[in-house]
Amino acid sequence: MTPDHLLSLLVRDEPRVLTRITALFGRRGYNIKSLSVGATEHPGVSRMTIVVSGDRGVVEQAMRQLEKLHDVVKIIDHGLEKYVDRELVLVKVAITPESRVEVRQIAEDFRSRIVDVGRHALTFEVTGDEGKITAFIEQMRPFGILETMRTGRIALTRGSNADIPTHVYAGETQALQPALQVEPREERAREVPNVF
Amino acid sequence: MGTAHSTSPTPDRGHMNGAKALWATLANHGISTVFGYPGGAIMPVYDALTFYPEVRHVLTRHEQGAAHAAEGWAKATGELGVCMATSGPGATNLVTGLADAMLDSVPLLAITGNVASHLMGTDAFQEADITGITLPITKHNYVVRDVAELPRIVAEAIRIARSGRPGPVLVDIPKDIQLAAFDGEIPSPHARPEHPAPSSESLERALDLLKTAKKPVIMAGGGSLDAAAEVTALARAWDIPVITTLMGLGVFPSSDPLWLGMPGMHGSVAANRAISEADVLLGIGLRFDDRVTGRVNGFAPNAAIIHVELDAAEIGKIIRTHIPVRGDARVVARHLAEAADPQGHPDWHAQVAEWKARTETPTHWGAGAAVKAVVDRLRPDDILSSDVGQHQMLAAQLARFERPRRWINSGGLGTMGFGLPAAIGAGMAEPGVRSVVIAGDGGFQMTAQELATLKMYDIRNVKICIINNSYLGMVRQWQELFHEKRYSEVWLGDSNPDFVKLADAYDVPGYRARNTEELPGAIDAWLNDPKSALLEIVVPHEHGVFPMVPTGAALFEMIETEPPRPALQTASEHAKETSEA
Ligand SMILES: Cc1ncc(C[n+]2csc(CCOP(=O)(O)OP(=O)(O)O)c2C)c(N)n1
Repeated sequence: MTPDHLLSLLVRDEPRVLTRITALFGRRGYNIKSLSVGATEHPGVSRMTIVVSGDRGVVEQAMRQLEKLHDVVKIIDHGLEKYVDRELVLVKVAITPESRVEVRQIAEDFRSRIVDVGRHALTFEVTGDEGKITAFIEQMRPFGILETMRTGRIALTRGSNADIPTHVYAGETQALQPALQVEPREERAREVPNVF
Repeated sequence: MGTAHSTSPTPDRGHMNGAKALWATLANHGISTVFGYPGGAIMPVYDALTFYPEVRHVLTRHEQGAAHAAEGWAKATGELGVCMATSGPGATNLVTGLADAMLDSVPLLAITGNVASHLMGTDAFQEADITGITLPITKHNYVVRDVAELPRIVAEAIRIARSGRPGPVLVDIPKDIQLAAFDGEIPSPHARPEHPAPSSESLERALDLLKTAKKPVIMAGGGSLDAAAEVTALARAWDIPVITTLMGLGVFPSSDPLWLGMPGMHGSVAANRAISEADVLLGIGLRFDDRVTGRVNGFAPNAAIIHVELDAAEIGKIIRTHIPVRGDARVVARHLAEAADPQGHPDWHAQVAEWKARTETPTHWGAGAAVKAVVDRLRPDDILSSDVGQHQMLAAQLARFERPRRWINSGGLGTMGFGLPAAIGAGMAEPGVRSVVIAGDGGFQMTAQELATLKMYDIRNVKICIINNSYLGMVRQWQELFHEKRYSEVWLGDSNPDFVKLADAYDVPGYRARNTEELPGAIDAWLNDPKSALLEIVVPHEHGVFPMVPTGAALFEMIETEPPRPALQTASEHAKETSEA
């Protein structure tokens, strides 16, 4: 099985950013396993967490191609540092009068919340890392899973914000915009490691 | 004549709008020439042009011509080329030029008009999502949504197009934004950012490797065009043979005994053998295109590879790199030259000289001999452009370049129709220099209408040579070699125009040569004509370009010389054969 790699991207919040990034993956044949996007604490900057599958060379190449995009402010390769990651999942499980109690008990063990109660189904909300979510789904599978929806993983590096470039923290939109513009791409790019 | 707009004295510029702000920004950035074609959605820009006589607009006959002319300008000078088109069909006609500029790293700014903002997304008349269409073939692109942003965006687009690894950037301007009042500042050019310095560790490792090399070779590509002096000094200081790729021709003087020619599919015997035998290959400013490498696992099988490149994504993309050096070719080459410790490799030099001696000059009458006769008449300052096909590879093999930016062709995309408009752009960039273009009878007809541009602007330094073999020659060669001579849809002969008459229709003097006897006189008359002129050279139909590395083969599996063939057929036999095939 091809390994997964977890990347975070800080990107300019401009039209077509998502298209540019997914088109790059599509054109070059890199496989996105999950992608989640949201605003950051700074107006004008969004954050994406992307799970890419492929060998190390593929991920290195994907990062370098991403780095060339004008919209991409920073790339964090979570494989290189400690991080926390989470995923939110909604799982709708079939229930019968006999299974109801057992299903609820399992959900409690996983600290899952019930978000919808029906006569024949319960919908649970689970957050956690991949292992926990997989385990939850496996526990529920025998009862009959009717539907699931996963948000895709999101991740942050642990500890301080030392890896975030200062210009991203330059202040509000007005201060931020010029800061993002003047910083030339070339200066941000990483030194190339010895590839092979 | 010669101006695209009215010649009345400059009118008072009056109130600024988006369109005027565009021209003011271009003028502030020193843009002197824009190639383009008007239309409804860019009319305010063309209207505002009449207020900015300091910028010359060149009306081509097709937007593809405008894009290639801008590329020719940029490739000859190293400076930004600018092209312009209206929305929808005008914009889509630029697409081929943008893709071409992307693959050859040409700094290009494309301005397109678009329908008014409130119509965008409604399938309005002549609307096309040009930023969506050009997403994968531009370095970056913009839609201007607020007139206040327009000059800043144009300035940023220019910076992006020129900085780092250059490339095309498109700015799409809706019509209402062109007309909206503007009262902001017109920006001045951004300073060009410094490239990051190469890491001293990688430089040291590269030097160590060069010192131990027994069979070193340097391979220089289009990314080293502006580092020609440094690369040349480096090669001479270390006494290392140099190969220049199709895009790098001219980086190292052809007259230098260290030069081995071009590598790859139609590369020289010496270059391809040297790559196959080398123990250290120093690649500078190149991306290891598949036409250069042949079968990747057979490329430089014995060599440790040092790859000097500004674009990190190119390092390790195709070829296993042992020592990556991220940096400006100029800086790295200078550093390596200063630390030179030449080892002297007499055996290697002797071997390389033996391969180089195998270079054949075309002897009997054919496309090769014709191209040779033409390129032999070029002066070192002449700019030589080519279209795409056999004549292009022959020109690349046979022309000799003493300096960079004298060879202009479509390398990465291989765009037929590129040659004439590119030669016009290059000729306009350097009006004192002869701009010679070699084209095939097929490709010439893809943009032949640009003869009108020569006439309209009374351009006198463009010399067009058509190698007429009545075939889409390069495709025919592949059909001959790989499809058992089934010549499917490559015969042009019966339908080709009389090229001399065609030129005459545009007031361009035309000359023709049909054989070895006629050729020297025709070349003289053509080159000495005080005007831009066209020379048609009629050559035998079937003629191949060799050496050749078949696709899927390694460089050392190259076919060195043309296989023997039966006597040439007549044109009518060809037509018969084609219709029966
Ligand atoms: C726009 C475009 N269409 C098709 C091709 C494929 N192609 C490459 S070379 C060639 C033949 C070119 O023929 P001609 O212009 O007569 O030149 P010759 O090879 O005979 O010198 C063709 C069709 C191309 N490169 N570009």
